[in-house]
Amino acid sequence: MAVQATRMMDALDASAKTKTAIIDCDVHAYLGEGTLKRFLSPFWRQFYADHGRRSYDGSHYPRAVPQAARHDAWPPDGSIPGSSLSFTQEQLIDAYDLDNAILTPLAGAGEILNLDFGLAASQAINDWQLEDWTSKDSRIKGSLIVPYESGELSASEIHRLGSHPDFVQVLLIARTREPLGQRRYWPLYEAALEHNLPIAVHFGGTGGYPLTGAGWPSFYIEDHAGMSQSFQAQVTSLVSQGVFELFPDLNFVLIEGGFGWMVPLMWRLDATYKKLHKELIRVKDLPSNYIRKHFWISTQPIEEPLEDHQFMEMMEQLDMADRLMFATDYPHWDFDSPDRALPNSVPAETRKMIMSENARRLYDLPG
Amino acid sequence: MIDCDIHNEVPALSALYPYLPEHWVDYCEESAFDGPDADDYPETMATTYHPDYRRFFVDEAAPRTQDRVELIRDLVLDKWGITTGILNPSYRIHAIQSLDLAVSLATAVNTWQAEEWLSKDSRFRASLVVPSQNPVAAAEEVRRWRGHAGFVQVVLPVRSRMPYGNRNYDPMFSAIEEAGIKVAISFGGAPGNPPSGVGWPNTYFEIYAGMAQIFQSQVMSMVYEGLFDRFPGIFVVLLEGGFIWAPSLMWRMNKEWKGLRHNVPWVKELPSEYIRRHFRWSMLPLDASDNDLQNQEILNQMGGEDLLLFATDFPHWHFDSTHSIWPDYMDKGVRHKLSLTNPQSFYNLGID
Repeated sequence: MAVQATRMMDALDASAKTKTAIIDCDVHAYLGEGTLKRFLSPFWRQFYADHGRRSYDGSHYPRAVPQAARHDAWPPDGSIPGSSLSFTQEQLIDAYDLDNAILTPLAGAGEILNLDFGLAASQAINDWQLEDWTSKDSRIKGSLIVPYESGELSASEIHRLGSHPDFVQVLLIARTREPLGQRRYWPLYEAALEHNLPIAVHFGGTGGYPLTGAGWPSFYIEDHAGMSQSFQAQVTSLVSQGVFELFPDLNFVLIEGGFGWMVPLMWRLDATYKKLHKELIRVKDLPSNYIRKHFWISTQPIEEPLEDHQFMEMMEQLDMADRLMFATDYPHWDFDSPDRALPNSVPAETRKMIMSENARRLYDLPG
Repeated sequence: MIDCDIHNEVPALSALYPYLPEHWVDYCEESAFDGPDADDYPETMATTYHPDYRRFFVDEAAPRTQDRVELIRDLVLDKWGITTGILNPSYRIHAIQSLDLAVSLATAVNTWQAEEWLSKDSRFRASLVVPSQNPVAAAEEVRRWRGHAGFVQVVLPVRSRMPYGNRNYDPMFSAIEEAGIKVAISFGGAPGNPPSGVGWPNTYFEIYAGMAQIFQSQVMSMVYEGLFDRFPGIFVVLLEGGFIWAPSLMWRMNKEWKGLRHNVPWVKELPSEYIRRHFRWSMLPLDASDNDLQNQEILNQMGGEDLLLFATDFPHWHFDSTHSIWPDYMDKGVRHKLSLTNPQSFYNLGID
């Protein structure tokens, strides 16, 4: 009881401090025990029981904490963090009075090697989001899970549910089997665009390759920090393969990759483009122009410069204040609290855009 | 003035025959093997040769080492008044799967450098190539040249089979530390694994631009895996990977360390402190923006005036004119540091 009371006091305290509207673009919902089975058809339920779910191996780094979760994020009923709607409401959505919470379920469906089962699992996870989350709380929006290594199967799932108002984007994982600009993913983009859905790319996953272009690192800290290099490879591929010439209205959302690297990446791509542009047969513009037009980026984790004034230098260089979207990454250990995530140097108007208005615009959420 | 990155490429495998054991010469002749298959610098790509230099390379009928020596004397040392030029061949020993051949080729390339470069001009210094895929063999090659004043560092390709912080490399770094020479990590490599964590890209553009991320991965590995705690005498210069990403990498690495330092308890200081102490960057490519104020900000954020080393990167096309090798945003004081005091102190070069 005492713990509950303290949590409520914290929540009241937090909501009093937080005056600006907040949309959280990275809220993890996890499948609880037995949930996947509940949403699979009898055929796939049996298949799952007989064969399990097989994925890539060789990428196991013990996380810092169980489920990579905050110690206080374990629901009182003993279920895993992020699996209880009521506890997520209490600890996050109500506590910080969020306008909206965008669910980013990390259920690994896209990494299932058997693509047919990957599709079945994706469908189950999407149905679960509707039934257990979005239909019970209108503040919560879902992300369509797809078996992204097959553009065609992904398109079929996007066509099944892509126009449901509770889904605001398609969700991929940063480490795919090939860079995302490659042809195999284009049917997925085409389908998403038909339903006017952005493509979100979230931290994590494994596509069966070492994390780095120099082989496997040894520790979780490297796996965690090193994901930003994979994000850079994805942005580079999307731009250089001409995806935005093929799909001029397509938007990408980069979630939990940080954004300090975006400035040097843009400069380097532009500089390289000036010399090697002839090889990029579909590209017609400077890479940075595509990036500023087609990419949106979630805030957490925010790079912390050595000196305070350097943060606003970076923001000026980035010139994407209209594209940054606040995220907590609840219930993970590296959670960013809405009332203290952004440095004090961020001006009020920019703060408002980042905390809510950019996401409201991208996802067309009610004001 | 000291130029920290001049490429002295092996013109043809046959140039190494005088320094290879006879059975390998026979083997190469019989098998038509013509050297490692790395394609870091495809001849057709714009970045591979500065437009002013391209004709010297692509029109070469039967390239000879002595012609290359002359070329570098004329176009680099004499032209820019370089007092010390550090040679750095991109010969990808680590791409040769047959270890015995790789070991012999490494020795041959190094002997070729000693005989046909270092002995020809006292302004030259050179970089040892080693079979880094086998750190014990690499250590032997480093020890073979211990005390040779011409070799100031070991050059490792940034693309590797395992990141360089991995403890498997300890025998190699131990030998390098004992020899008192530096480590250069250079653009490229052909280790066989993809150049990104998301597989193989389609274009050279992506591989070229993406090389910066592999440099970032190596910095992370070497700091987080404790290389500098095990070998405090190891100092690394990153060649031709750009430097503008250094500030954001330091910020990210510091932040991760605050959250996950129990993962790597040997890392006792902020990662940015290790980086500033143990890493230097060659200044090319600049990857500059059009806004010199912002270029200046990046330089200040990384403390670049103390960490960058001047380089022409001959014959690659990374500076925009043969008339001005400095960007406007670097003032006279910065230029002096980059071209003289920084490399002098990094390489312990005496003042001539």
